[in-house]
Amino acid sequence: MCLGVPGRVVEIKDGVAVVDFFGVRRETRLDVVDEPVVPGDYILNHVGFAIRKIPASEIDETLALYEQLLQEADGDMMAADVRGEIGRNDD
Amino acid sequence: MTTTLEPRASVSPREEFVSLKHGAGGRAMRRLIAEALTQGMTDLPVDGVGLAAMDDGATLRVGDQWLVITTDSHVVHPVFFPGGDIGRLAVAGTVNDLAMMGATEPKGLTSAVVIEEGFRRADLERIQRSMLETCREAGAPIVTGDTKVMGRGELDGIIINTTGVGLTRAPVRDAGLRTGDRIIVTGTIGDHGVALMARRHHLDLDGDLSSDVAPLNGLIRAALAARPEAVSAMKDPTRGGVASALHEMAEKANLGIVIDETRVPVHPVVRSAAEMLGLDLFHIANEGKAIIGVHPDHAESVLAAILAHPLGKHAAIIGTCIADHPGRVILDTGFGRRLVAEPEGEPLPRIC
Amino acid sequence: MTETLTMAGAAELKFRDPAQARRLAAALEQVSAEIGRAPVSVMHVCGSHEQSIAKFGLRSVLPRSLNVIMGPGCPVCVTDLPEVDEAVVLAEDGVRIATYGDMLKVPGTVFSLSDAQARGGKIDVVYSAAQAVELARDTTEEVCFFASGFETTAVATAAVALSPVPPNFTILSAHKYIPPVMEIVAEMPGNKVEGFLAAGHAATITGSRIFERFVEKHRIPVVVAGFEPLDILAGLVKLVELVRDGTPEVVNMYPRCVSPEGNRNAQEQLWKVFRTVGGKWRGIAHVPNGNLRLRDEFARVDARRRYSIDLRRLWTHAPATLTQQCICGDIMAGIASPTACPLFGKTCVPDAPVGACMVSSEGTCKIWHQYGGHPDL
Repeated sequence: MCLGVPGRVVEIKDGVAVVDFFGVRRETRLDVVDEPVVPGDYILNHVGFAIRKIPASEIDETLALYEQLLQEADGDMMAADVRGEIGRNDD
Repeated sequence: MTTTLEPRASVSPREEFVSLKHGAGGRAMRRLIAEALTQGMTDLPVDGVGLAAMDDGATLRVGDQWLVITTDSHVVHPVFFPGGDIGRLAVAGTVNDLAMMGATEPKGLTSAVVIEEGFRRADLERIQRSMLETCREAGAPIVTGDTKVMGRGELDGIIINTTGVGLTRAPVRDAGLRTGDRIIVTGTIGDHGVALMARRHHLDLDGDLSSDVAPLNGLIRAALAARPEAVSAMKDPTRGGVASALHEMAEKANLGIVIDETRVPVHPVVRSAAEMLGLDLFHIANEGKAIIGVHPDHAESVLAAILAHPLGKHAAIIGTCIADHPGRVILDTGFGRRLVAEPEGEPLPRIC
Repeated sequence: MTETLTMAGAAELKFRDPAQARRLAAALEQVSAEIGRAPVSVMHVCGSHEQSIAKFGLRSVLPRSLNVIMGPGCPVCVTDLPEVDEAVVLAEDGVRIATYGDMLKVPGTVFSLSDAQARGGKIDVVYSAAQAVELARDTTEEVCFFASGFETTAVATAAVALSPVPPNFTILSAHKYIPPVMEIVAEMPGNKVEGFLAAGHAATITGSRIFERFVEKHRIPVVVAGFEPLDILAGLVKLVELVRDGTPEVVNMYPRCVSPEGNRNAQEQLWKVFRTVGGKWRGIAHVPNGNLRLRDEFARVDARRRYSIDLRRLWTHAPATLTQQCICGDIMAGIASPTACPLFGKTCVPDAPVGACMVSSEGTCKIWHQYGGHPDL
């Protein structure tokens, strides 16, 4: 229950941001966002309202988190890759 | 807790009335057609392929050729949309239905219009000019028609019905797929439906969303000429989208179709808009595209012929027909596989 | 032109990297095997998680020993019959109803809003609460916004209620609140769920800390996850690890959107406008504090107080007794499968759904019915 789409703020007027969602521009209200937002920031849009300012640093941190997860789950990355390939060929 | 189960009445109050889902091109519509609109008619004798086939049109034997005939009523709103209007849609839609059955040189079209009182004369003339232009593109004349006016509020703006006839020696059916056939789509999907939905919901979308409405008979002619008899089946994915068209083709041929999602051409802005609205691109109408089933040995040459045509620049081979999973359409997403559902009704933006 | 990855924003690209997804799927397979018994059941409570899983075909790469159940996470599907009836009655009385697209076809006791439309009612599909207000500004008719969705969506409704609205605008709140239903599922007898995948966007509002008490009480882990393929797979890997290790913890695997405290600004507005009340969720049970209703201070925009809504008018049509036979609750808890339901495929079908599992496009019963059983790809 959470169709949330990230986009980049292009301009702001009276508490309403014009946001670029990868080629699609739409107005998004800023009434309930958690942090002050300026053009250039990324926000998460849900039903026409920004519910989160997405800090750019968090994106890289998340990717690192997933990489770490993989390291922990399996010390032997080669085997995991091969296992993955075998899994796909089975169907 | 025990309760007596009361059987639902055979016609529940909800089914007393026709609702919008019955017009959306999916299962509900096919049931309405079968139960309320064509009962008994499929038993009337036909020298050719008629109602029972539920194809894009009918083929009737005339001498050593086949007369292909198709009809459509157009009720699109808004009447003018980015990339086209109801007039262009009407002409292209009928020309394309004929082309899907192998009749790529339409002999003539009819145009019957029902206009609401108060409709702007300038709009009517604009629509007429658009139809003329589309007829020129397709090389298909409108040869006769009808005009009616109804009172304000008795219909919404304008309805256009077009009927088209053409001849062919080699009719193509949407039921003709064979195991091993490749599936070609002639260009990007979702353009028309997303452009209209965006307009309807007043999404301020950046420039690029435009309907793909266009007559395809020239392109189809080129595809058929590339390798005669290599094309086994064709269908245009209008209402109900690619999902609907592929489902019908798979069911009628009793085989499965596997689609490689990574190969399906999609305009990036269309994809973005569809994600925002929560729409499944496979369920969205296209008005200038065709799905073509081709023998695997000739798929590349037929594709080359399509790519060479201005309307086929983004064509791609997107799938294969298999013996397993008959009647089903399977999507390989690049992350895993899933079944493509048949659209149930009108695609609606979702939040969930 | 043929790329499947979202364009622009190189960062977003990385959350749909098929190669990384394969590695995560392999890790999930391995971690699940390490548990040493099967099946292991985990539950997510978000329609959008299920949409994502389905859209990307992730079920076909999940380990066979792992059972990922869709719990009561589709707010539309769990909206109970009387709540839909209220909107239908208003529509029949000539009030213009603005609704999210998802709600249009949900059956009430007799009619859905789509049926009401066929019968002459005025129904407008909107994609934002703000749009519903604009609609009201553009007309002299009474406009009622049928406000469905979980807390993520309720926040938007709250923002609208706190800003100026025209006098012909009201809100009919059918909003739901997720945390209480997790309690219900955890306490259902026979429940086999060993971990929860929590909805990332609801948690964006409420914060990840909100699950701590649940975890302490029920001793099962909760992982907050996002919605891209990598987010879901990584979330599942973490969750299964926690199950394997027997560690009841809350782990936030969606830090780019979720913080421990959540979005305070949104929370303040949410609770200024709404309060929780108990209510029945379709197909489940009474959920204490599961529904959100407008506070007294907002009576002027509350459709339930502006209008007198008499549901008995609808009951002159045959009222449904079928819902008492519906076992969606058990299905959502992973205790039963659709074929165990006496109504499945007979009196409960996609065209005439009885329970939540058949209403949702991704509901278990809907999928089983469409594909003749669970699609095994």
